[in-house]
Amino acid sequence: METVISSLPVLLLGAVKTLQITAISVFIGCILGLIAGLSRLSRNRVLSFLAVCYVDFFRGTPLLVQIVIVYFGIPQILKDIQNQLVQAYGITPVFENIPIFLAAVIACSLNSGAYIAEIFRAGVQSIEKGQMEAARSLGMTHGQAMRYVILPQAFKRVIPPLGNEFIAMLKDTSLLSVIGFEELFRRGQLIVGATYQAFQIYLTVAFIYLVMVVSFSRLVDYLERRLKTGD
Amino acid sequence: MIKVSNLYKRFGHLEVLRGIDCHVAPQEVVVVIGPSGSGKSTFLRCLNLLEQPTAGEVVVDGVNLMDPKTDINKVRQEVGMVFQRFNLFPHKTALENITLAPIKVRGMTQHEAEEIAHNLLAKVGLSDKAHAYPDQLSGGQQQRVAIARALAMRPKVMLFDEPTSALDPEMVGEVLSVMKDLAREGMTMVVVTHEMGFAREVGDRVLFMDEGRIVEEGTPEQIFNYPKNERLKVFLSKIL
Ligand SMILES: Nc1ncnc2c1ncn2[C@@H]1O[C@H](COP(=O)(O)OP(=O)(O)OP(=O)(O)O)[C@@H](O)[C@H]1O
Ligand SMILES: [Mg+2]
Repeated sequence: METVISSLPVLLLGAVKTLQITAISVFIGCILGLIAGLSRLSRNRVLSFLAVCYVDFFRGTPLLVQIVIVYFGIPQILKDIQNQLVQAYGITPVFENIPIFLAAVIACSLNSGAYIAEIFRAGVQSIEKGQMEAARSLGMTHGQAMRYVILPQAFKRVIPPLGNEFIAMLKDTSLLSVIGFEELFRRGQLIVGATYQAFQIYLTVAFIYLVMVVSFSRLVDYLERRLKTGD
Repeated sequence: MIKVSNLYKRFGHLEVLRGIDCHVAPQEVVVVIGPSGSGKSTFLRCLNLLEQPTAGEVVVDGVNLMDPKTDINKVRQEVGMVFQRFNLFPHKTALENITLAPIKVRGMTQHEAEEIAHNLLAKVGLSDKAHAYPDQLSGGQQQRVAIARALAMRPKVMLFDEPTSALDPEMVGEVLSVMKDLAREGMTMVVVTHEMGFAREVGDRVLFMDEGRIVEEGTPEQIFNYPKNERLKVFLSKIL
């Protein structure tokens, strides 16, 4: 019990990091997801093909693998290229390593963006066809109809699935422990390494995740109810 | 105002329109009747390119819709459409439904657009509902807002696709009466409907469609009292 209490501040700081990386990633993921989701629905074949590739890759491979590719794989390639440039042109090497935090943001944002793209796509497609037709029949362009008619309605519908995505990402950020990003789970690991109190510490870690997830899902429920009555 | 010649529309292998020829004069009210699946909606939707015709010619107010250079958004500003299921924007009030396109498409100021909207709401008898959302309105009220929304663009032609079919019987009258007013004011209208009373009263001409063709047309008197085509007779006997 004492170990638990004395390690709480460290764990809670880890929880803050977890929330931080989740919020940043889901935020960037929303932007990526909006772009990819709309591209996917676009009549431009190239655009929609690129969006499908992006979404399929990041949903079809484990986040863990994506994380190590971003943190270990890509820097290695960059360094190889840099070495060749150094040898060929004698430029001074600048690239050393990718910061852990940046790698974490990149990997999680790209992953989240792929899931959110599907959420947005489904949201847009869930809006009755008649809405687009009514807007177009008034002389709006496709873009205007999207912007003023379809997307505002779709946004309301995607709030619950976006909330679920946030929760999933919150838990999945524990995978960032493999690159040494000190979020909640990683800090738990380190404490266990020092104290050998695996059961108590990991249970505490689990409990902190649970509290975060439950409070967040209550918040989403509340928002959802507010938006429903706000119609 | 509208001139359609040899219009064909195919969905895959299904030939829905098979050579439609028709002509609508300015201020004329043309009523389209016909059995379900005969292509009435498709025909109407070809007039503002919600469906792209497979072949033929559609000219609206002198603009050839089949010309790839035609700006279809411009054409649609002149052609209002009212749908069977109203299709109001549920996230906007009645007033906002009406002002959205005038502001965003016509470039009106909000003030101008709202003035027009209030006038139109008064005209369709819904002055007190300006700030109601669609789900707070009855079907009849929603459809009247939808008519006002289309009118706010000051169209030269109005298309109606079974505007009263989704309504409870007691609400049909209020929508038809708005449409009658409109007809009296000289609006050019193409109306798909099963309301034969309306067709008789305000229709200048009735087209009977069957299997993608206009098989008989004439004044309401001719069509309803002296039908020639066998299928029209059968159709009328079922619906009158
Ligand atoms: N987008 C579409 N894709 C494929 N088939 C379609 C499409 N729209 C309509 N059809 C078919 O075209 C035919 C004519 O449809 P349309 O809606 O024009 O008939 P209608 O005369 O308006 O019938 P109703 O009185 O039931 O409204 C029907 O067989 C319908 O199934
Ligand atoms: Mg129809």
